Parts: sequence; structure tokens; C-alpha cells
Amino acid sequence: MKKKSLFQRKHIEECFYMFWMSFSFLLLIGILIFILITVISKGLPALDIAMLTQTPKGGFYLGKEGGILNAILGSLYLAGGATILSIIISLPLALYLGSYIQNTKWADVVRLSLDVLWGIPSIVYGAFGFTIMLFFGLRASLLGGIIVLTLLEIPIMCRAMEEVVRLMPEELSHASLALGANRMETATKVVARQALPGLMTAILLAFGRAIGDAASVLFTAGFSDQIPNSIFRPAASLPLAIFFQLGTPFPEVQERAYASALVLTVIVLTISFGSRWLAQRLSRFSIK
Amino acid sequence: MQEINPLVVERYNAKPRRIFGRSILNKVTEKILLLVSLFPIILVLLIIIALAYRSQPILTHASLWDLVTGKIWKPLQGNFGFLPFILGTVMVTCLSLVLAVPPSLFAAIYLAEYSNARLRALMKPLLDLLAAIPSVVYGIWGVLAIVPLIQNHILPFVNQYLPFIPLLSSHNPTGYGIFAGGVVLAVMIAPFIVNITFEVMHSVPDCYREASLAMGSTRWQMVKSAVIPQVIPGILAGIVLGASRALGETMAVLMVVGNVAQIPKSIFDAAYPLPALIANNYGEMMSIPLYDAALLGAALMLLLIILLFNIISTTILYRLKRRI
Amino acid sequence: MNTHIQIQDLNVYYEKNQALKNINLDIPRDQITVILGPSGCGKTTLLKSINRFLELTDGTHVTGRVIIDGKNIYDPDIDVTDVRKKAGLLSQRPCPLPMSIYDNVAYGLRLHGHKKGKSLDKKVEHYLQAAGLWDEVKDRFDSPAARLSIGQQQRLCLARGLAIEPEILLGDEPTSALDPLSAKHIESRLHELKQAYTIVLVTHILRQARRLADYVVFMYLGELIEYAPANQFFQNPQEERTRSYLEGEI
Repeated sequence: MKKKSLFQRKHIEECFYMFWMSFSFLLLIGILIFILITVISKGLPALDIAMLTQTPKGGFYLGKEGGILNAILGSLYLAGGATILSIIISLPLALYLGSYIQNTKWADVVRLSLDVLWGIPSIVYGAFGFTIMLFFGLRASLLGGIIVLTLLEIPIMCRAMEEVVRLMPEELSHASLALGANRMETATKVVARQALPGLMTAILLAFGRAIGDAASVLFTAGFSDQIPNSIFRPAASLPLAIFFQLGTPFPEVQERAYASALVLTVIVLTISFGSRWLAQRLSRFSIK
Repeated sequence: MQEINPLVVERYNAKPRRIFGRSILNKVTEKILLLVSLFPIILVLLIIIALAYRSQPILTHASLWDLVTGKIWKPLQGNFGFLPFILGTVMVTCLSLVLAVPPSLFAAIYLAEYSNARLRALMKPLLDLLAAIPSVVYGIWGVLAIVPLIQNHILPFVNQYLPFIPLLSSHNPTGYGIFAGGVVLAVMIAPFIVNITFEVMHSVPDCYREASLAMGSTRWQMVKSAVIPQVIPGILAGIVLGASRALGETMAVLMVVGNVAQIPKSIFDAAYPLPALIANNYGEMMSIPLYDAALLGAALMLLLIILLFNIISTTILYRLKRRI
Repeated sequence: MNTHIQIQDLNVYYEKNQALKNINLDIPRDQITVILGPSGCGKTTLLKSINRFLELTDGTHVTGRVIIDGKNIYDPDIDVTDVRKKAGLLSQRPCPLPMSIYDNVAYGLRLHGHKKGKSLDKKVEHYLQAAGLWDEVKDRFDSPAARLSIGQQQRLCLARGLAIEPEILLGDEPTSALDPLSAKHIESRLHELKQAYTIVLVTHILRQARRLADYVVFMYLGELIEYAPANQFFQNPQEERTRSYLEGEI
């Protein structure tokens, strides 16, 4: 009798926890779907050609006509510019950390700094950017936004890139060195080639993070009805388009917020899935 | 076979070639890379120094103790009491942890110990997607879905059946408050906690699992006794990391938390976390004396606390990785 | 004997352990020299001292001289990439570069100055033929090297190593990861190539040594025990330990 109840207890315990685990699991998936449905159901009705191809007429907060082109292009310029600048710093740094000075104390110090930078919330980057801009007399502008987003992106991109470079088998660099290549040639011609899928993923990851960030561009990029034609003018962005236009009494303006949310979500979704596909295509030459 | 193989003869015909500059390029590149590697370190120091410098005026105006424990926030009159904001931040973060940690842990355990590779391959993109959704989109979801849910369903229920529980009773008729902030924040930090917990559990070698199962334990017993004890530091590290993300999260919380500078008495009250304070008032920062120093000081405070959490978390994880 | 490589007073330390003790050795030109010995005796260390690969591992300390063509390759003003160009390395596990078959062979050529064009194509073809791989890949140059079988990959690594136009070929147990047919292939290539290259091989397969060696070097626990032309070594070993090794006792 005793044996039977122990057996039963064991299995009741198992079922109990299985229930909670499956529940949690499904909860997370369910919430994801819930979020997507909310965004799509509000955003889809608001989307039409005019919304995507026009800028807001009569001011973004009050004007009832027009669309979100200012925010779409503004976001692309901001995140695009920041990503390019970020690659210029992150790629060499990642190759340096991952293959030149892999296990040295200096590498540990640099990695620690990058980890620290990775953890800094975007509002602090925004506050810092604002302080620096004041110091140099810059006004809220496309340039300011790009600089702050670059600072935001570098730790994310560099960390992800370095991880890929470190995972590379040592034999590959040895094979290159044995042929008489020096470290720089090995890093650029062999290491970068092998790690290419991972590097692309890192770049897309950082881009996706930058395009969706509001707190850092809040202070530094400003907002505008127009498509930026100079880097010294303020630029609109999709996240701020949502933020500023959501709490308005005018439903037409709110529509712009919903449309921006949908466009932004679609961009992020595309990047998230697209980067996986791209990584697979690019790994054609990589040695497993 | 004594005749020299023509295939090999070619080598003797090759003229020695040199590319000048290969070696110089290599050396120059190495120097440049060394300089580039200074960048992260300089940036960290610069951020801390810049914020500290700009927030100095407020520290001469009032002591740190007064600032942190002061309840009154009236910048126009020179009152900078941060307590309501600190409490708001703490309450929202704690609530988000309470809501996020149990499901995240369970989901991670499920993924690590019970599921098969196919399920994991399916879940990973979905978790990545949750983590990639921008803060403002979470905010808009919060405003459109969670706030009405609280206002129309949860609040009436609580007010009718549970008004005697002090933490739950509130005079706030709207759904904008700590609870909404906590829910949204919980969803935002869940992917991080799941990922870290999954990673540490996954890295426990199979021999421990086999040993337990071979003695006739159920799966759960095996997990409870053979796997979890080894990864408790890792799980804690994940929670600490989740907390640090929650502390710094600005936009989503800002949109649903009510933004009222008061000391919250209930989880349904409105509150005003520090990041929201900074974000909402940067426009007036420069026009009121000491306001900019106060806000940048708040940013610095936030930064230092988050850094502390991050360093603790990373150190634990690092030690754990070396052990396993 | 026509000496190509002179090793003088070579001592190698990994942190506190001494891996090679006072090695003095002359390696003959255009012959296959085989380094034999039980595992851990320092064969690979000795091999890697010839193309300065030891410095890739942290904590390695080298004293002594390795003289090739009259110059000590450990001299501070020698460019290490020049040293490595002179000695091609064939590793135990073939490691193709993450590129196409063509680019793998052309890698070394491009590094050392050859430009794109017909002459490059001709050279790539030439070295693939020298490695015995040409017929199998001539219609798929641009496909990834990763798709070749392991035996083909090792021949690709051989072609790649030959393409840098070295004078010395180093082999670190080059056939131990291969199936017997591929191994035979590589061995026959090496046999042909010794007419124009000085080849130094490390192997733990006695029968392979007997098949290939013109000159044998026997090592034990970091010390050089015996070295002699192959016939003399196998038929009339002088040292006690050599005899034990040849009889399978150590």
C-alpha cells in the first residue's frame, strides 16, 4: 500500500508541474500572438497608399490629412546611418577581439566595457547624447539621432559579432597563417568569410534594435513633419510617431500612430525572420 | 622515374615576387585596431563623467539623502524629492519580476528538459521575436489591450471582492497604473530570463540526468534534484539581469503607468518611474534652474544601479560557465 | 649529404615543461625525412619549429637556431610570413578555407602577388594536377571546398600548400585521418614530389615510414635518440631505445 501511494505521489507531482510548464509556455506564445493581433487589427485599417507615401499635412499632432512617410524615411535614415557608422567600428573591433587578442587581459577589459555599454538603457544614451549635443551647440537633428543610435548599436553589434568570430575553429586561421598570410590578411580574408553569416545577423540585429528605439532619439533627433533633407534638421521616427500621435483627440492622427506601429512591427518581423534566412544563404562557403 | 616530373618543374621557373607594403599594412592595422579598442572604455568613462558633471549642481543644492528621501517634487520651487519616483520604479520592477519569473522559469525548464529539438527550433525564433518587438509597440499594446482590461474587468473585480487587501485597493479609476506597467514590463523581460535559464540548464552535462533517471526518478524529480541545484546561481543571474532591463525600460512603461508623482499605496495606483520622469521632462529641462541637473542626476543614479546589477549578473554567469 | 635545414641547439619550452631538449639535426635536401617516436615525444613540436608555428601557442619559449638557406629563421629581423612561405604545412585534419576550390588554391598565389587572369588559372590547374585532384574537380571550380570528401580535401590542402611555391613540405601525420585509398594517393604524390621538395613528415605508422622514408629521425621524450638514412636505421639501429621502439615495446 505504501509503495502505491509513493508511486501516485511521484506522478501527481509530475503532472502538476507539467501543467504549469505547458501553461507558461503557451502563455508566452499566446501573448506574442495577442500583441501581434492588437497591432494588426488597429493598424491594418489605417494603412493605405496615402498613409505610406505622404507626410502629415497641417502638423503631425493636429493635422488630419496625410500619412507617415516622414517617420518611415526618418527612421530608415536614422537607423541606416547609425548602422553604417556602427559597422565601421564594430567589425574591426570584433575581429580584433575575437582573433588577434583573444585571450589577453586587455581583451577582457575591452569586453567588460562592451558588456557595460550593452547594459546601459537607451534613455541614458539619450541623456548623454543630449548633454554632448548641448556641449557642442548642436540642435536636435538627424545627425544627433544618428550619433546616439550608433553608440547604442555598437555594443549590441560588436558583442554578437565577437561571439561568432570566437566560435571559429582555430585550424582555419592556422591554415591561412601556414600559407604565409599575416594576421591582417587572415582576419579579413578567412575569418571574416567564415563568420559572414553570423556577422550579417549581428548587423541586422543591431539595425532592428535601433529602428525601434524611442528613448534615445527622443532627446536627440527631435521630430518633424517633413522628410529630412539635411542632417542638421530634426527627423521624425516611427517610434516617436507612435508616441506623439497616440494620445491625441483626433482619430485621424491616431490612425497615423496605429499605422506607424504596424509598419514598425512589420519591419522588425521581417528583420527577425529575414536574418535567419540570410544567414543560411551566406553559409554556403563556411566550413562546418 | 629519375627524370624530373614536368608537373613540378614549373616551380623553378617562377620569378620571386614581392608585394611591398604587406608587412607595413599589417603593422599599421594592428596599431589602428589597438586605438579602436580604446573606444568602449573611453565611452563608458565619458558617459559617467559627463552625467556626473552635469548633475553636480543639484548635489550642492541638497544632500543626497534629502534628494533620495524627499517626498515633494516641485521643481519650480526648488523641491527635488525623488522618493515617489524611486518607489514607483521599485514597485513596477518588483511587480514585473513577480509576474515574469515563475512562467519564464517554467517555460525554460520545459524547453530545456522536456521538449524535443524541433520544438526548441520553433520556440527560439518566437522568443527572439518577443525580444525584438520595440518598446513603443509594447506600449501601444499596453494602452490598447492591457489598460482597458484592467479598467473594465480587473479593477471592478478587485474593488468588489478584494477591497480589504491594502495593496490592492485603490482610488484610481483608470487602468493606468503600476499593474499595467508591471504586466507590460513582465512580458518584455520574460524572453531574457527564459534565454539565460535555458542556456545554463542546457549546459549541465547529461551524466547527471542519466544518473538520476537510472535510479527510477520521474523527470521532474530529476530536474528538481540533479539539474536545478547546479544552476541556481545562473537562474539568479538571469533574474538580476531581467531586473536591470526592467529598471531601465522607458517607453512602454511611460505609456501605461499613469505618470503621477505620488507615493503609490496600491499596485493599481498610478506611479512615475525614474526613466519616465526623465523622458517626459527633457523639454523643460533647460528652462527651470537645477531641473537639468536633477534629471541628469536621476539618469546617473539609474545608470549606476543598473551597472551594479549587470556586473553582479555577468560575474555569476561567468563563474558558472567556468565551473560547468 | 646535401643539407637544407640545420637545427642547432634547439630547446622548446611550453610554460615550465621542456618539450624539446637540445636538438641538433641536419635535414637533407630533396629527400623525405620521417620523424618517428611514441606519442608525446615532441615530433610535432620539432616539425612546427621549422615554420615558426610554435609561436602561435601562448607561453611557448624557443631557444636555439634553425638555419634554412644560410639564415636563422628565428632572427628578429626575419619576416615570419616569408618563413612560412618557404615551408608548406599539411595538417592531420584537412582544413580547407571557406572559399571555392579555385580560391583555396589561388589564396596563396594571390597573397604573394599573382593577379587574376589566365596565368593564375594555369597555375591553379597546374597545382591541382600536382596534387592529383585536377580530374575530379575540373568542372566545378567555383563550388565550395567544404563539399569535397575528406580525401579530396587533403589533396586540396596539398595543392594549396604547393601553390605558395615552397621549398620544404611539412606533414603532420597527413594521412591518419584518411581512408586507405586516399592515404595511398597522398603517399604516391609525396613520393613524386620529393624530387623537387625537401619533405619532412611526422608519422606514428611504422609501415608508412618504411614505405616513404629516405632519412629517419627517432625521438623519445623530447630528445633526439638516433638519426640515419632509412636503410641503416631500419636494418641496423644503433640505440637500445630505437630497437625497443621498432619492436613495438615503447
